[in-house]
Amino acid sequence: MSATNNPSASAYNYAYLDEQTKRMIRRAILKAVAIPGYQVPFGSREMPVPYGWGTGGIQLTAAIIGPDDVYKCIDQGADDTTNAVSIRRFFARVANVRTTEQTGEATIIQTRHRIPEARLSEGQIMVYQVPMPEPLRHLEARETETRAMHAYEEYGLHYLSLYESVSAYGRIAGGADYAVLVDERYLMSPSPIPKFDNPKLHQSEALHLFGAGREKRIYAVPPHTDVRSLDFEDYPFELQSWEEVCALCAATDSYQDEVILDDAGTRMFVCSDSAYCAERRAAGHAGPMAGHDLDHEPGHEAEGAAA
Amino acid sequence: MNMQTKVRSETPLLQVQGLTKNYGLITGCRDVSFELRSGEILGIVGESGSGKTTLLRCISGGLEPSAGAVWFDTRRHGMVDVFSLSEQDRRRIQREEWGFVHQNPRDGLRMRVSGGANVAEPLMMTGARNYGAMRELTKQWFDRVELDTGRIDNKPRQFSGGMQQRLQIARNLIHNPSLIFMDEPTGGLDVSVQARLLDLMRELVRSLGLAAIIVTHDIAVARLLADRLLVMKDGRVVEHGLTDQVLDDPQHAYTQLLVSSVLQI
Repeated sequence: MSATNNPSASAYNYAYLDEQTKRMIRRAILKAVAIPGYQVPFGSREMPVPYGWGTGGIQLTAAIIGPDDVYKCIDQGADDTTNAVSIRRFFARVANVRTTEQTGEATIIQTRHRIPEARLSEGQIMVYQVPMPEPLRHLEARETETRAMHAYEEYGLHYLSLYESVSAYGRIAGGADYAVLVDERYLMSPSPIPKFDNPKLHQSEALHLFGAGREKRIYAVPPHTDVRSLDFEDYPFELQSWEEVCALCAATDSYQDEVILDDAGTRMFVCSDSAYCAERRAAGHAGPMAGHDLDHEPGHEAEGAAA
Repeated sequence: MNMQTKVRSETPLLQVQGLTKNYGLITGCRDVSFELRSGEILGIVGESGSGKTTLLRCISGGLEPSAGAVWFDTRRHGMVDVFSLSEQDRRRIQREEWGFVHQNPRDGLRMRVSGGANVAEPLMMTGARNYGAMRELTKQWFDRVELDTGRIDNKPRQFSGGMQQRLQIARNLIHNPSLIFMDEPTGGLDVSVQARLLDLMRELVRSLGLAAIIVTHDIAVARLLADRLLVMKDGRVVEHGLTDQVLDDPQHAYTQLLVSSVLQI
């Protein structure tokens, strides 16, 4: 079964995990895809990074990746942050795959906080690193009880947290990890993506796989599945919006990060999806701070196995 | 006593038959049978360890009995043995048709969410999805149990013990149950607070016409609230009858001891 090994990584099996572990994870993935939104327990392995650094996502990627794949890894939407760079380098080394920063080109996109702005297409797989897979956990500490609630579709408890939010803030607050109902059946935590990204899960053409390494759970949203963000009749789900445009590429439709520039309170709003922003700038879009020192060409690092 | 039992139907709401619960070799309760009609309040009295709480937990579906049956006149299925239902249906009955007031409000309230959310929770559990309507009803219930509606967003720990118990009562009545279980509802409260709470509970239970089962070791609570009494000792019912009759003319030696043990001031 083992594919050709990269000579520099010959001490490891292809894609780091042993074949039996990969088969076990694939079985869990198949079950997760068959029951959209249902959390499938799996035997999570020790990984060479600590829990909380993406062990669930790395195991999912290791189980599905092959030499033909093109791999993209983002952290907070950006391709060039420390975690994204090291996980991308890890798979370039142990799985001998080509890596990319372009969303459209990738076959596997591993992420924690974002879904890329560019529309995902058929055949692409999103892999999420999930810290807390159980959306009901903060209100119900007992696993036996939350399992019963999922089994019997008793999701009234979740509305309690929405109620608290409305009574405290006058609206459904909470910007990320906004629970969704998958295929009108299972309540699911979409991992800490901003609720801005929730609609991208609905009827998506890509396969979305979620892995929680510490909590030992895998779940999935298959392509063309209904995903609904829960809300009240009189307080409907709404997206974040920004009055500013992206300072570099002038995008108005993207999720923006606020960056503090100095001690005097100067700030900029910039696309959190660095690949999307770079693409727009390359296409000639320019925001109010285009040409600023901060607006340099995105660094294309030369990575070991990138052909 | 001027409280008249307003029996609303000929058929019982709840029918307990030969209920037995063993914990290994130890008996929790043994061969308990009784009936309850809607609008009726049944008190269960007895000393600590006599099986009162075990009996209550069996009837309320939280603990599977070793033998016997609990028949309940459900809105969805009619008269059924609660333990013959699937867990899903049983949980639905517990959620929609019953309430449970715990002795310790910490067991019955979610301490991490506000008092208002605690009271509104049963509505959401039974499918309400309109915030404004729930908020309005929650305020009405705050009024009914004499809580300050201005404190609707306070956390339960910011309320006093008596107020926490009021929160619990509101939370257990807001979804219009037909049967409410209370386990020592006034335990741990000082007597003046107890008296007002008892008054409130009596008024609510009477005006809503629901049935209640109250477990208590406090004879005074039983006297005030209950129409009928079950006296338990060592897991068995030793005496059963109208409250006044049982307390004024106790037949069983244990009941006589119980009644005579009450301090007279």
